[in-house]
Amino acid sequence: MTDSSPLLSVEQLHVAIRNDHGISRDMVSGVSFTVAAGETLGLVGESGCGKSLTAMSILGLLPRPQAGISGGQVRYRGEDLAGASRQRLRTLRSAEIAVIFQDPMTALNPVHTIGRQVEEVLRLHFPGLKAGDRRQRVLTLLEDVGIPAAAERVNAYPHQLSGGMRQRVMIAIALAGEPKLLIADEPTTALDVTIQAQIISLLISLQQQRGMGMLFITHDLALVAQLADRIAVMYAGKIVEQQPAEQLFASPRHPYTKGLLAALPAAAEQPKTRLAAMTGQVPGIDQMPTGCRFANRCPHADDLCLNTDPALESFTDGAAVACHHWKKLND
Amino acid sequence: MINPLLKVEDLTLHFPQSQGFLQPKRLLRAVDGVSFSIQPGETLGLVGESGCGKSSLGKALLNLHRPTSGRVLFRGENIAGLSDREKRPLRRKMQIIFQDPSESLNSRHTVGTIIEEPLIIHRLGDHRSRQARVNELLDMVGLPASAADKYPHEFSGGQRQRIGIARAIALKPELLVCDEAVSALDVSVQAQILNLLLDIQQELSLSMLFISHDISVVQHMSDRIAVMYLGRLLEVAGASSVTGKPRHPYTRALMDSVPKIGSSPVERAPLSGDLPSPMAIPTGCRFAARCPHRTELCTREEPALIADPNTAHQTACHHWREIIATTASAV
Repeated sequence: MTDSSPLLSVEQLHVAIRNDHGISRDMVSGVSFTVAAGETLGLVGESGCGKSLTAMSILGLLPRPQAGISGGQVRYRGEDLAGASRQRLRTLRSAEIAVIFQDPMTALNPVHTIGRQVEEVLRLHFPGLKAGDRRQRVLTLLEDVGIPAAAERVNAYPHQLSGGMRQRVMIAIALAGEPKLLIADEPTTALDVTIQAQIISLLISLQQQRGMGMLFITHDLALVAQLADRIAVMYAGKIVEQQPAEQLFASPRHPYTKGLLAALPAAAEQPKTRLAAMTGQVPGIDQMPTGCRFANRCPHADDLCLNTDPALESFTDGAAVACHHWKKLND
Repeated sequence: MINPLLKVEDLTLHFPQSQGFLQPKRLLRAVDGVSFSIQPGETLGLVGESGCGKSSLGKALLNLHRPTSGRVLFRGENIAGLSDREKRPLRRKMQIIFQDPSESLNSRHTVGTIIEEPLIIHRLGDHRSRQARVNELLDMVGLPASAADKYPHEFSGGQRQRIGIARAIALKPELLVCDEAVSALDVSVQAQILNLLLDIQQELSLSMLFISHDISVVQHMSDRIAVMYLGRLLEVAGASSVTGKPRHPYTRALMDSVPKIGSSPVERAPLSGDLPSPMAIPTGCRFAARCPHRTELCTREEPALIADPNTAHQTACHHWREIIATTASAV
């Protein structure tokens, strides 16, 4: 816990998407969290839970005009981003907040060398830097992210590199502006597990060196366990539970979190035995219930759950849970 | 010893790659001398990183790619290189399911037609008995009979995989190849499908080749596991031996790279570098370039996959005994 105000603070964020019939629906529905400097918050959830929309809304990258922030606040060091101009957001994105996506191929420019793409960020941020120093800085950055033979690779085009190398280039570009906040949205999901291990250890060491705040978004519980200080679990557009990382895995409180952990093959006591699978599916966006959104899959749901949506309640141990019955269930 | 259901002997699958006009063609050696067997009712897991040839191997078994050389013995009969007509009676006994069920299901046919199709092709039963069989299959995979009249797009990803499984087991196969069958699914749905596969395997005494990049899933589903690297098997043994007491340095790095809840974060990635190109396979051991234990012998001579006479644990490494002896004390 730090005394200073958080780097990023998201309060009661709502993100709406308009469908083909012109009807707007909240895909993210009242999400709140903070990220402090030097801290990693893991945002975990299954596909469609709204975790990536949350990330994109922070950066002003929501696809317009279909999607937009429909309520709440996003504050970066106290500054309101939800109401910020595009110009201001662009400045922040290049100077303060950096982002890494799952697929570096779509984020890199295929017609420029990787060296030029890193250099462009430096040119933007450090206009006073001389050309020679800038090129030297490009090399240092590529070496920092573990690209072997950086002096040769600097002239390579993205398609000439492997997926792991491209993701390293993305990280080098993200770090070039010396950001204070890094948003990583499934940055290793497309990579093989040995390459994933390389990228994760790289992110951990770079974060420690630079004291960046990090928002790490993933569907992979075991992965987020490797690097998050705190973890927020999203389900159907809402945060259902948030806890310090170790505490979450040791004593999950929300039935959804428990269900997710129990459904992992690694949680099975015996191989080739049935897993503790959750029944049913996430309700569709047009069938969101008035009560708890997990109620239709929850083994403990009662009338209260079906009728009243539980609020996210915070506790002194750093946990927050949105479940009417969690206490009873954990006794 | 029981006769294996499937025995693969020195199978190769090479794809000539055009380099451009007047350039000599190069060979992509996707599968390069692979031998293994699967017993009746057994699941062999096949793990490896992208591009290692595991999917090509699965397809070559079913003749979806015609093997370049080697033998595939199904109940003792060689099926490699048979014409479509010749292999048809055997194809009933071998089925495959893929990662993305929406791509392998014809979107213009109803689910009932899709599941009935293999029965029609193999001229089994009359219309009425086929309808009864379709209902029976839907029930087996946990879908309501009303699903028969709907189209694939009306179902979720998990349900579509159920449809794919129903079609695959329509002809009562003896071998089911699962090629990344649950990789596109969220954890909660993945557990449901894994349970379904385990149930069906027991009910039909199926043998399975379970191909996946996800080691925790393979570990849960398999009796034995084969580890593939650049077109070759490097290690084959009982599932708990491969994941718990791996012998090959590559398998060990692979297992160490898998993030696990409760384990400390990876401080240093276990493996550096990328998979070499399958068009430029090095001489000697294929893993030597990335192996921290390589010697001159490794770069000169390719190690054969040799079985430990006591345990039947197969390893393709010149030095695994010394490596285990020296690193065991360090751990």
